[in-house]
Amino acid sequence: MARDYDIAVIGGGLVGAAIAWGLAREKQCVVLLDEGDIAKRASRGNFALVWVQSKGLGLPDYVGWTIRSSDQWPRLAAELQEQTGLDVCFERPGGFALALSEAELAARAATIERIHRQPGVPTFAVDILDRAAIEKLQPGIGPAVVGGSFCPLDGHVNSLRLFRAFHLATTQLGVDYRPSHTVRGIKYASGGFRIATSAGEVRAGKVVLAAGNANATLAAMVGLHAPMRGNHRGQIVVTRRMPRFLRHPVVTVRQTDEGTVMIGDSYEDASDDARLTLAISAVMADRARRMFPILENATVVRTWSCLRVMPQDGFPIYDQSEQCPGAFVACCHSGVTLAANHAYDLAPMIARGALDAERLAPFSARRFHVQKAA
Amino acid sequence: MFKRLPEVAGATVAITIDGAPFNARAGDSVAAALLLAGRAACGTTAVSGKKRAPYCLMGICFECLVVVDGEGARQACLVPVRDGMRIETQSPKTEPAA
Repeated sequence: MARDYDIAVIGGGLVGAAIAWGLAREKQCVVLLDEGDIAKRASRGNFALVWVQSKGLGLPDYVGWTIRSSDQWPRLAAELQEQTGLDVCFERPGGFALALSEAELAARAATIERIHRQPGVPTFAVDILDRAAIEKLQPGIGPAVVGGSFCPLDGHVNSLRLFRAFHLATTQLGVDYRPSHTVRGIKYASGGFRIATSAGEVRAGKVVLAAGNANATLAAMVGLHAPMRGNHRGQIVVTRRMPRFLRHPVVTVRQTDEGTVMIGDSYEDASDDARLTLAISAVMADRARRMFPILENATVVRTWSCLRVMPQDGFPIYDQSEQCPGAFVACCHSGVTLAANHAYDLAPMIARGALDAERLAPFSARRFHVQKAA
Repeated sequence: MFKRLPEVAGATVAITIDGAPFNARAGDSVAAALLLAGRAACGTTAVSGKKRAPYCLMGICFECLVVVDGEGARQACLVPVRDGMRIETQSPKTEPAA
């Protein structure tokens, strides 16, 4: 079959753009098919953490995969800056989860212990600290903070600039970016893929599904399986720019390089990202001001809600199709944290034509088929 | 730099800007009054300390933050002037107490 491209990546968010950039670095001829400006985009609504400490309860391999990406992040930030001139403001000063009661602290400590006691989890530091120890590292905490957990691997970025940097970098490396190309069907024939889009057909030798929650629908077209939640809504509250007072990101509160303070980490079972639940914003804001009293009088300048990209069990799905060789799927909740792995590890495997089973087998969607197989 | 349109009428409203008296007019926003008073900057940004001035004039950009009657971080473009109002330019010194 005649091909327009070696590889078509479907989805121009952080996951798709990171993979497309990684493929272009491997000298592949790539088209990046994207929706338009009104696409539901976690890449625009996320909280921008590069986060390790709370990942992997239930899938030990996810811990190592996350740490690897955290470790590769400095290289990613440096390479993107060198190529595009954009500083994505990656910082890894270590991050906190703060507890506002003894019960919260005990629950936090128990979760951390359960993560670390799983077989196969690499050794890495997460310390449970009391109030005094936290205050030494992060002055300005309120009297309501009783303690928390600290992991030196945790960090954050400017994720909007990361999104911009990936798009600029892919284009600079020759990736053909095609917005407003909503994919409607994928057909496998004669060792290639015919992709029907809202703006005509595109032909490619391989296809990578990186369309977030829409992967659930696309996967079935190429013999893959990507069960997604689709209803995992989070909200974010943003304050005006303030003098820098946060040295470290907290899982629910972080100060951006531009001075604004983001308050986040809510969860609601809802699928309409054009709505906000004010009662949830109120609880988020109240907890944030109890953690950091300087926020008591902070002006809120923006709030929004966004749907998380969330596989059914919360863990990444990386898979390749047996029925349609050359079709791959990648979806995960942590498109920011895992961006370095997607560019430096996953993309080269896709360029070679096969996922490295030793490293990625734990993330296959076969894990969802247990009952069918039994 | 800015001049008032000749056909616009209105009662005089006496305010102070950093302690100096200024006659604004009913219907002016604080941002308009600052611009008419020849203030090229309404304060400095909390991040870099660089000067800032009213920019979008419609409540979006948050560049025109000032202290109004002791309350910090008010958007000058959204606050109408009122007789006796005390306007202070925003700076780390006039940040509201934490």
